[in-house]
Amino acid sequence: MIKVSGLHKSFGTQHVLQGVDMEIQTGEAAIIVGRSGGGKSVLLKHITGLIQPDQGQVFINGVDISHLEERELLKIRRDMAVMFQGAALFDSMSVGENVGFYLQREGKMTSGEIEKKVAETLELVDLNGMQHKWPSDLSGGMKKRVGLARAIIHNPSIVFYDEPTAGLDPVVSDSIDHLIRRICDIRQVTTVVITHDMRTVRTVGEKVYMLVNGKIYLTATPDELFASQDPVVYKFVNGISDSEDVLS
Amino acid sequence: MLLGLKQVWGLLLEVVYALVHGSWKVSDIVAQIYQIGVRSQSVVMVTGAFTGLVLTAQTYFQFHKFGMDTLTLAVNSVAMCSELGPVLAALMVAGRVGAAMAAELGTMRVSEQIDALRTLNTHPVDYLVLPRVAATTIAMPVLVCEAVAVGIFGGYALGVYALGIDPIYSWANMVNMTHVKDLMTGIIKGFFFGGLISFTGCYKGLFCKNGAQGVGEATTDTVVISSIGILMLNFCLTLILSKIL
Repeated sequence: MIKVSGLHKSFGTQHVLQGVDMEIQTGEAAIIVGRSGGGKSVLLKHITGLIQPDQGQVFINGVDISHLEERELLKIRRDMAVMFQGAALFDSMSVGENVGFYLQREGKMTSGEIEKKVAETLELVDLNGMQHKWPSDLSGGMKKRVGLARAIIHNPSIVFYDEPTAGLDPVVSDSIDHLIRRICDIRQVTTVVITHDMRTVRTVGEKVYMLVNGKIYLTATPDELFASQDPVVYKFVNGISDSEDVLS
Repeated sequence: MLLGLKQVWGLLLEVVYALVHGSWKVSDIVAQIYQIGVRSQSVVMVTGAFTGLVLTAQTYFQFHKFGMDTLTLAVNSVAMCSELGPVLAALMVAGRVGAAMAAELGTMRVSEQIDALRTLNTHPVDYLVLPRVAATTIAMPVLVCEAVAVGIFGGYALGVYALGIDPIYSWANMVNMTHVKDLMTGIIKGFFFGGLISFTGCYKGLFCKNGAQGVGEATTDTVVISSIGILMLNFCLTLILSKIL
């Protein structure tokens, strides 16, 4: 279970998170939505322990990770995986080396076993036989799939996705959404997706958390989100800007 | 300033901790020794050769006025071993290796590759910093020896075959006046310079600001800080080692 309690974070005079409280149950597919620059990625970085809060706590399976040292965090992160917005592939390594990185560093498998596991994981993300390609040879969608394969190769129980469909065309976005859903179903993992793409909310989500002004404004199911008549939620879901409001 | 010192101290402690308890691999250090040491050899040897040549020529022009020709190679040898060899080799490595480290780690930082490492059960210091610092401190003394050897033999060739210095007396004077402590001074300096260059490059890369400008600044800062640091550290080490050795 992931629990966030009273989380505050400021960068200079910019107060990005102003008391975030939320709970994500084990095995749940949670979507965190909010406007661009609203602090979604900052919240994700707190949950994964990549940055520390000014105030508040983050609990992963009951352990408060908000002020742990990096080496203690590494132990907690063994059970987690993150797919980054820009995929964050290691550009000096081939696709196969990227995907097999965790297992290679762990040193528990032979190179033959790692190769087999890499091939299986690439097959899961529909990239069969791409081991020898380089990240620079891949399209945006393929990079995200490789990033996903690299993240899930060690069978983590929690997978985080930071804007998985950002910058992709609708068809590729749809395939990524279905892939996330498929992995969620096959591996029974807790899934946390940061997005402002409403198609992702429909395809992947079981529960939606809406972040507004640095706080969780709404916790609902996707159906409740889309049916909401709350002006803030309605405008966000339907993509209505304040300028349209003024014009009308 | 205070934050910078705190970061430097923190990274230094992390490197020491990683050396003792970290999950670093010998293969990572060997790979870095190839990148840093083997691939810097040509640059360092060319530097050593021309430094030896010009030092021999200048020394000969002055000593010849007083009939001290056969002491030329001794001056070249002592200067190359204890001062010019280590300092000039280190300055070349700072430009080639230190800048590359800062650029590589800086790019990894701004493209979230270092965050990705942290989520893949890998401490950046174990995987990125320690192998580079260890490889540079191991490779640098060897590079210094190469620069010194090429500089001395370059100077000898110039002195004997082009300037007509007597080879027997020159060789005897050179061997008599160059002591093991001169070479040891150079090797020890190389060890410290290697640590300084790699630590500066890694620190600047890991803590660089976002964007291409941040990476550019980190690269420039690494070369400037390393170069000035080498000259200052060289002075301190000369005084300290002259007492110890």
